Amino acid sequence: MRIAVTSGKGGTGKTTVATSLALSLAGEYDVAFIDCDVEAPNAHIFLQPILTEQQDAVILIPKIDAKVCTLCGKCVEVCQFHALAKIGSSILTFPQLCHGCGSCTWNCPVGAITEVPNPIGVLESGTTPEGIPFSHGVLKISEPMATPIIRQLKRKALSPDDTLTILDSPPGASCSVVETLRGMDFALLVTEPTPFGLHDLKQITGILEEFNIPAGVVINRDGIGDNQTDDFLARQNIPVLMRIPFSLEIAAGLSAGTPLIKIDPALRQDFLNVYAQAAQIVAAAKGGK
Amino acid sequence: MILFISSQHPEPQSPINERFGRCEWLMKYDSKTGQWTEHQNPGAAQSGGAGVAAAQFVIDHKADAVISGAFGPNAAGAFRAGNIAMKLFGSEVSTVEQAAEYCLQDKLESFK
Amino acid sequence: MSTPPAKQLIILSGKGGTGKTSITAAFAHLASQSQHPIPAVLVDGDVDAANLGLVLQPDRAEQHEFWGGAIAEIDPDGCIGCGRCTDVCRYDAALPTAENPDIYRIDPLACDGCAACVYACPQTIITMIRQQEGLWFHSHAAYGHLFHAELFPGKENSGKLVTTVRQHARLAAEDNTIPLVIIDGPPGIGCPVISASAGTDLALIVTEPGKAGIHDLKRIHETLRHFRIPTLICINKADVYPAGVQEIHQYAAEQGAQVIAEIPFDAAIPRAMVQAQPVTAFAPDSPAAQAIQDLWMYIAERIGPVEA
Repeated sequence: MRIAVTSGKGGTGKTTVATSLALSLAGEYDVAFIDCDVEAPNAHIFLQPILTEQQDAVILIPKIDAKVCTLCGKCVEVCQFHALAKIGSSILTFPQLCHGCGSCTWNCPVGAITEVPNPIGVLESGTTPEGIPFSHGVLKISEPMATPIIRQLKRKALSPDDTLTILDSPPGASCSVVETLRGMDFALLVTEPTPFGLHDLKQITGILEEFNIPAGVVINRDGIGDNQTDDFLARQNIPVLMRIPFSLEIAAGLSAGTPLIKIDPALRQDFLNVYAQAAQIVAAAKGGK
Repeated sequence: MILFISSQHPEPQSPINERFGRCEWLMKYDSKTGQWTEHQNPGAAQSGGAGVAAAQFVIDHKADAVISGAFGPNAAGAFRAGNIAMKLFGSEVSTVEQAAEYCLQDKLESFK
Repeated sequence: MSTPPAKQLIILSGKGGTGKTSITAAFAHLASQSQHPIPAVLVDGDVDAANLGLVLQPDRAEQHEFWGGAIAEIDPDGCIGCGRCTDVCRYDAALPTAENPDIYRIDPLACDGCAACVYACPQTIITMIRQQEGLWFHSHAAYGHLFHAELFPGKENSGKLVTTVRQHARLAAEDNTIPLVIIDGPPGIGCPVISASAGTDLALIVTEPGKAGIHDLKRIHETLRHFRIPTLICINKADVYPAGVQEIHQYAAEQGAQVIAEIPFDAAIPRAMVQAQPVTAFAPDSPAAQAIQDLWMYIAERIGPVEA
């Protein structure tokens, strides 16, 4: 089963929950972890994996052989992202605009274009002290596009079978989150009971409906806001699977990089319950099809 | 000389537009004929690569110089490759017409 | 003579949830209400999860459609099921339909808009259809014009919507002779952040003292340095982890950066949020509000000279 931990709003506790969920499960199941927040990855701080493998995350960008190029401009025409321009007697490429789609290469009538890898980040993997296979992606500073790295990270790190895998999602509700959620069996939404948290949560529920992914919620920093979030979730029939109370002690512990279940080991059982309920919900959803 | 100027409206008296890539209008001035032509900026509608789209357009129209408030790195790269001078409005220019005038009098700073 | 362009201040963080929006809202309040007010146009640059309006409670003046990139669409009547589209698609967006495996369709959530399939289709029955990807608004809050947007869930956050909102804010500042634009930035370091911060005069990084916060502080700081945007740092919830505060000061010293404020954790901030008010309006004597007032005075001086 593949569980994505997401939220809408940043800073609600996705990484806190995702890492402690994985640590709780590791005692009883084979579980793998993938940190898909490639712009600001933090899971490694809490899981402390020993990283043994590194490879470039790349976008394949066009390289034009000037000797073969006839300056017909077909590549400029087909590129939807203006990553190519015809200037004077050469074709200029703009790697940061390139989506790596390959279209220019295939459409060149004289075969003047080859694709070369342009590194935009790295993919790293290893194992945590508890034996959890860990992977993450790290976007190179100044590179604009996170989504291609997430795509490559998942292709590399997700096992094709049904291995229990926890994915930590980026914040927001746009394309990088969509890429993370693709192919997931369950979405664990971590929110805080405040107007900001609720507003952004609603963005996510929209995506989940389109993907038809069942969801459950962890309310983090319970007590810090109001009841509107609970009311919304009740109306939407999205179950609250766990509540983590607001606590300065927890905040301090997390600041030090201590995983939540090491700050409060009693929560381990709550996380196991979250998984059990999620599994039930997923089974019911599949059975209903 | 053929000049291109980023503009808010499609006429020479229009106030200038400080950003090149996504300005609504590109006003073309031909100093030989004294003629103005208005062009919708193809970069304005772009999701990405607006600077490149706009630069490509200006280059295809045989500009000698382009005048704006700022040039993003992609547009700048394109113009440098095409040997087209990039000029900045500065603080005294407020209309498109004025920009052309100042440019021809060589009163505008170049964008590096 | 034309008005000098408005100064632009952006509030960023790297890590989400450090308090950008709460602090931006407080700045909006202080900019308009303090002893030496500086009129400002406000921008919510986090179009993906726009929260500034929740605090500023503006009257929505204008709404505009935002049209972004295009998505491919296959005409099912013309499709011969050759699968060339699937061969060229690198995004797993072209697939046989469930009902009839000899007819293909494009998954709009997966489609990258590259149009490779359009050029590959032997029947030329694939077209690119532009998508409405969101809405942007020009509203009026108690503290000034607010430009904000909502990206529809799942859409590409390419930065174009952020740029659109920023451009209109700048025009409004110019038209109304307002000397300052304050931008609530998005989290992360990618395209939305790059678009939100391009050409700004000053960036304030709001960080948390925890290890995760520091990790992401370094990434956003490096990003802003790459794009040559002058940057200042403030530490929010500083008293939660003093060891982290020390580490941040050390990092700043090594980098030649300035930490200009430490704001204590204060329940007044979420309470103010629930009441839909900036904390400096809701609880001006609270420790956080006091710290933010000092922070604002420092920033106001740094970003100047602005004419009121």
